[in-house]
Amino acid sequence: MIHTPIQFSLNGEKRSVAAHPMEPLLDVLRRECGATGTKYGCGEGECGACSVIINGELAMSCMIPACQAADATIETIEGLARDGELHPVQQAFLETGGAQCGICTPGMVLAAVQYIRHPERSPGGAAEALEGNLCRCTGYSAIFRAVELARSRMESA
Amino acid sequence: MIASDLSAFECVVPATVEEALRQRAETPGLSPIAGGTEVMVLLNEAKLQGRKFQSLHRLAAEWRYVRPALDGGLLVGALATYTDLRHLDHVSKHHPLLVEAARATGALQIQNRATIAGNIVNGSPAADTVPALMVYDARLRLVRSGGERIVPLSEFYTGYRKSVLAPDELLAEIILPPADFISQYYRKVGTRAAQAISKVVLAAARRGPDVRLAWGSVAATTVRTRRTEQAIAGGATADEACEALRAEIKPLDDIRSTGAYRMGVACNLLREFMVGATT
Repeated sequence: MIHTPIQFSLNGEKRSVAAHPMEPLLDVLRRECGATGTKYGCGEGECGACSVIINGELAMSCMIPACQAADATIETIEGLARDGELHPVQQAFLETGGAQCGICTPGMVLAAVQYIRHPERSPGGAAEALEGNLCRCTGYSAIFRAVELARSRMESA
Repeated sequence: MIASDLSAFECVVPATVEEALRQRAETPGLSPIAGGTEVMVLLNEAKLQGRKFQSLHRLAAEWRYVRPALDGGLLVGALATYTDLRHLDHVSKHHPLLVEAARATGALQIQNRATIAGNIVNGSPAADTVPALMVYDARLRLVRSGGERIVPLSEFYTGYRKSVLAPDELLAEIILPPADFISQYYRKVGTRAAQAISKVVLAAARRGPDVRLAWGSVAATTVRTRRTEQAIAGGATADEACEALRAEIKPLDDIRSTGAYRMGVACNLLREFMVGATT
């Protein structure tokens, strides 16, 4: 299989990886970058577990061919905590019980972070912003409480 | 994890439109990939034969735009995403069905990547935006190395997932004439509200005798039902319009629904449109 070198920025660090141009970014992040916080859920864009923020937009990394990640700026769950302190959204998920088995959590947290950054992109509110992220444990209400808690803390900070 | 053996696949990445069209002239049949939301699903599930892709993402500087046309219409570049379309005031005001269709498609993650042009070229009869585009009489600018042609969307499809797009061509731009309707309607019926593929879609608009109905998931392609449109324009009651519709479409049974259910829902949507429509 022909692998070509691909460079991108991952959580603020320049990375150079070898990947097939059509390989899903999800696999590249996990294998080449050890960024295993990004989860494989369905492989067909239905579940949101593989969500990352690429060039400022939330996207499912199972549906991004590696060649399209060239020169991109990518944020994954590993990039949120700073100096050993959780991001307010992570902290809120912890406190409300928004995280249980953990498979959906990285994608769910990134979707919530993106919603708090750009609420205008989801006129239907948090329910719309998280529509693409499935959770089979929590029943969602603890997740929505986490989003609201984080939002109020970040607004008053 | 991806199920396909990737060694059967190649991908070229043109940096400009000119280079892309030259590549297509030299290697007709390159499979274009833009947002990847269709292709990557098939690739992940090993449902594609080996082939050579052409990734269009570096053409964004030339082809990612949504802008008003001089005549009051709308121009949508081939790499414009659903998200690009959703948040523009002039689109909400003049072509609101496009905004509704974009919002009804997948989740934000999909809308951020998927392109309107991809929805057209992919050719699924269940496409969410194509009925809205058909109501607005969209035309498509198809380009090849050294030439271009304009094809009405209503003449683009020749059968199930088949179109007049030639192997050396790309869809460059979607051209919408100005829209000035009194009533506009869009409804997608699926198994659930979010992220479902449709069972029936109706996009409709009316201004006096100008009645337009475009349907998804009721035929091999997205279709306008012109005889039913004429019946409504001629003063048909809802019952008479449904009668005309039953004579005009024959929805099929498939994995997502039955033909009989689809026909019933289609009539319900038509009635809902007619009840709400001011002429």
